Amino acid sequence: MVSMETSDGYILKVSDLGIEISNQPIIDHLTFRIKKGITLAIVGPNGAGKTTLFRALLSLVPYKGKIEWTEKVKIGYVPQTLSVRDIPISVKEFLALQGASSPDRVLASVGLDSKLVLNKSLGALSGGQLRRVLIAWAIIDKPNVLLFDEPTSGVDVDSEEAIYGMLRRLTLENGITLFLISHDLHIVREYSDYVLALNKCLVFFGESREVMKPGTQQLIYGEPICKEFGDAHD
Amino acid sequence: MASQSAKNSVMLMTDVLLFSIVVSVAVGLSAGYLGSIMVLEKMALVGDALSHVALPGLAIGLLLNFNPFIGAFAFLFTSAVLIWYLGRVTKLSFDTLVGAVFTLALAIGILLVPQPDLLEALFGDITKVGIVDVVASIVISIAVISLTRMIYKKIVLGLISEELAVSKGINIATTNLLYLLLVSGTVAIGIRITGTLLVGFLVVTPAAAARTISTNLSKYLQLSAIFGATSAVSGILLSTYFNILPGPLVVISGVVIFAIVIIIRWRMKISS
Repeated sequence: MVSMETSDGYILKVSDLGIEISNQPIIDHLTFRIKKGITLAIVGPNGAGKTTLFRALLSLVPYKGKIEWTEKVKIGYVPQTLSVRDIPISVKEFLALQGASSPDRVLASVGLDSKLVLNKSLGALSGGQLRRVLIAWAIIDKPNVLLFDEPTSGVDVDSEEAIYGMLRRLTLENGITLFLISHDLHIVREYSDYVLALNKCLVFFGESREVMKPGTQQLIYGEPICKEFGDAHD
Repeated sequence: MASQSAKNSVMLMTDVLLFSIVVSVAVGLSAGYLGSIMVLEKMALVGDALSHVALPGLAIGLLLNFNPFIGAFAFLFTSAVLIWYLGRVTKLSFDTLVGAVFTLALAIGILLVPQPDLLEALFGDITKVGIVDVVASIVISIAVISLTRMIYKKIVLGLISEELAVSKGINIATTNLLYLLLVSGTVAIGIRITGTLLVGFLVVTPAAAARTISTNLSKYLQLSAIFGATSAVSGILLSTYFNILPGPLVVISGVVIFAIVIIIRWRMKISS
């Protein structure tokens, strides 16, 4: 991973990215770039390489090609799965792991009443409460980039839109560039600016409003036809 | 003359008992504290298995006539580093690797330990606790608790999500090595009280009891340490009273605490 000073407003440039795990190609020849403040949704079928792309952006897996972040990038990350059921850790203690000095305020910013959840065990929270706590965790140290793997995994449908709406508000208020992985194309259309579709390579890149068109869905979920380049700008 | 001799004997007994209680508090606190991680990591049997690795070290100490616990320390630390290294190279889990080496160590240890000392090595003996053991157990216990406090957050974050921990710059491999060394240190001092066969108990049962009634980490840590110290001290007092080996009595005391905790929790559930 490279940090670089850019004057063209791009916060991330990925060039010819290739990732293999156990000699199996997971991502191949992926090239795209993203301007600051954009919300980019990453979609694709299971096994398309979405989570692996996040892991590469965090330098958690070896890769070929180039990942260039602008200087002073601070990344907040929330993985899709967490093992919280077997660990007796309260919400207060969990937020303290991230260095929260005022957990009440950060919980309020994600729509949670600290009186109700602060001393609750993390494993005793509902799916929606847990995802909100995770969002709170991710924004504590004021990141300018957020990587969110399935933000509403384990959340009932009613709470889903509220969580995405809150994420949208937080990112706009704080100038955060948001990358989110989602399977729900309706959510992608409503709450993101651009969509990057992966199926080992880049199969679609465009504005999110195009995502509901039948032709686009054929590109995303049909037989992969690799594209050369994706560019998300203002 | 006879009265002076009896007085000296009582004083010696009192010193030994006092030393044993201090050692058992130190061992119980650190074993309970560190054991809380082992229970969370689902590695409860690692401490038990690792303790058997100490036996060949004890044997070499006895055969070559130096402090057998230095031999135990050396074997435990070397084994911990070896297990950590093999884990990195082979990607096998710690419990698998520890399981693979511990029976061999037990077999070698039993063959090497002189017959008259075998019982003491296996089940502990407090009558030989001296000032050196007291100082060593206090120093090691303070070091174990302090270092465990340092790595606790990192380990908990790694348990919640390894990716999250790595993304925060936590080096999981280094943390695991330090953790194994701490387990080795705790096991080494615990052997004095319970012997090699039963020391694994001290890092598992107090934490298991604490886990059943804890809803947050700080309570869980404190209760694990308190239950560990209470089990160890109760076992030592019973051992002195009944004049039998301490190891089994430490275990029985801990199991009684565990049973009481389970009953309290059960009653609380019924009343709520």
